[in-house]
Amino acid sequence: MKQLLILSGKGGTGKTTVASALIALSRSRAFADCDVDAPNLHLVVSRMSEPEKADYHGFGKAMIDPSKCVRCGQCEENCRFEAIRDFTVGEFECEGCGVCVEICPAQAIAMRDHVSGELMLYRDDQSVFSTAQLRMGSGASGKLVTAVKKQLAQEACDAELAIIDGSPGIGCPVIASIAGVDMALIVAEPTISGMHDMKRMIDTAQHFGVRCAVCVNKYDVNLANTEEIEEYCDSFQIPVVGRIPFDKTVVQAVNRCQSIADYPDSPAGKAILSIWKNININFIG
Amino acid sequence: MRIAVLSGKGGTGKTFVSVNLACAAEQSVYADYDVEEPNGHLFLNPERTVKAPVTVMVPEVDMGQCIRCRRCVDFCKYNALALVQDKVLVFYEVCHSCGGCALFCPAKAIAEKERAIGSIEEGESGNVTVLTGCLNTGEASGIPIIKGLMDKLPKDGDIMIDCPPGSACVAMESIRAADYCVLVAEPTLFGVHNLSMVYDLAKLFKKPFGVVLNKCLPEENPAERFCVEHQIRVLARIPYDEELGRLNSKGRIAAREDKRYRALFERLLEALRKEAVS
Repeated sequence: MKQLLILSGKGGTGKTTVASALIALSRSRAFADCDVDAPNLHLVVSRMSEPEKADYHGFGKAMIDPSKCVRCGQCEENCRFEAIRDFTVGEFECEGCGVCVEICPAQAIAMRDHVSGELMLYRDDQSVFSTAQLRMGSGASGKLVTAVKKQLAQEACDAELAIIDGSPGIGCPVIASIAGVDMALIVAEPTISGMHDMKRMIDTAQHFGVRCAVCVNKYDVNLANTEEIEEYCDSFQIPVVGRIPFDKTVVQAVNRCQSIADYPDSPAGKAILSIWKNININFIG
Repeated sequence: MRIAVLSGKGGTGKTFVSVNLACAAEQSVYADYDVEEPNGHLFLNPERTVKAPVTVMVPEVDMGQCIRCRRCVDFCKYNALALVQDKVLVFYEVCHSCGGCALFCPAKAIAEKERAIGSIEEGESGNVTVLTGCLNTGEASGIPIIKGLMDKLPKDGDIMIDCPPGSACVAMESIRAADYCVLVAEPTLFGVHNLSMVYDLAKLFKKPFGVVLNKCLPEENPAERFCVEHQIRVLARIPYDEELGRLNSKGRIAAREDKRYRALFERLLEALRKEAVS
């Protein structure tokens, strides 16, 4: 199974718009949403039946048994996360390292399982869609991303191409999503922020040895910046697979729970079709 | 007054709102907590900048002292240590700096050393003190940088905190010290879905909050409908404006260049002051 991951660095440049269109155009039978902090792909991929849901356990959380606690304070003193106050563990502060459990002279502290998110699997006759929702304030986003990808690989092992929607940023969920993919398609935006973040995204992908391609979304917002992006990519031998114009049809499509591929005559719809052909011939075919 | 600006979804205008609010105040601090992709400095162009590294503690194993008992490997919940071919390897990127391996090594073979994961830069942009947290590429967690920024915030004055997207640990850390949360939403179903998440986050942490509707079009606004349904205070409506998009794409600040936007953000700041007091 070849894996194509959609990333951007900056948020809101159009990852999910591009991912949902590529899923439709490629007739992909396997896709996933790795933006477990703020998943949106399920809103626009064609409705399948209700998902199978499973609790996801991230890192455990420490719990102090007040009947055994001798109030020596060693747990609080040794906790690097300032998670323990007045002999109680803060759920959001605790990172589950287990130092307090080991250090406690009265064996009053134990680790308990903690549900840090929900893993979901949609399927129909043709396709499998793996996604998840992280619980608020939770810290195990990288682990949950890995679980989403594992679920996809298990359930759709015979699919030729998997399309994976990524998360913004360059930190743990992105790093977890990058592992093992064949190509990262970076959706850039011709703004000063979009360009800055694209460069950091390319750096990160190259750090982990993943091949990149770039497409420029809303390219006509600033043509000079679009050209600068293309020159930058050229200088690093990163292929630019297309430009997508600003098109209000994209907002209309999203608000009708559709992908822009459902509007093949719209300017953005045409541009994404050409991007898909380009990717298919040069990278997948 | 510490204002956290957040959105769940990326690209809705967190940086736009927080930078412009900072510029509309007489004197203010702008703190960029989106350490994975900090952008505020691109607009504010701070001068006289001073940059300091942010470090975390990571283990260093003295193989001469190590007795290969695997205590550290077995203890580490993050799989940051492994005993491979008679050597203890440390995977720094996944280490959470809990210190457990060093603490529990029976041979005292593990010491801790500092390792840089990013930086905090401080500078001035006219009336705004600019604090920028920046995570090095390839690093997993920006939480230590966010904590470092927290320590640098002054006690008083107008402080704008530009938060990372999402509602995970990094977003949570960012709103911890806030007096008030501004939720920025765009008029799409994606925008509403992610607005509902930060709405839950602000409620969970019992922070007072209001919404700024950004990129408003004449059509029906699903984000506004969400606010009406949940009786959320709408603090401002910023129209979709191509000229604004162009200014923004060049890194220019509307509140510094356009009287109408200056007035809009001054009114918003005034509304926030009243809200935060009540």
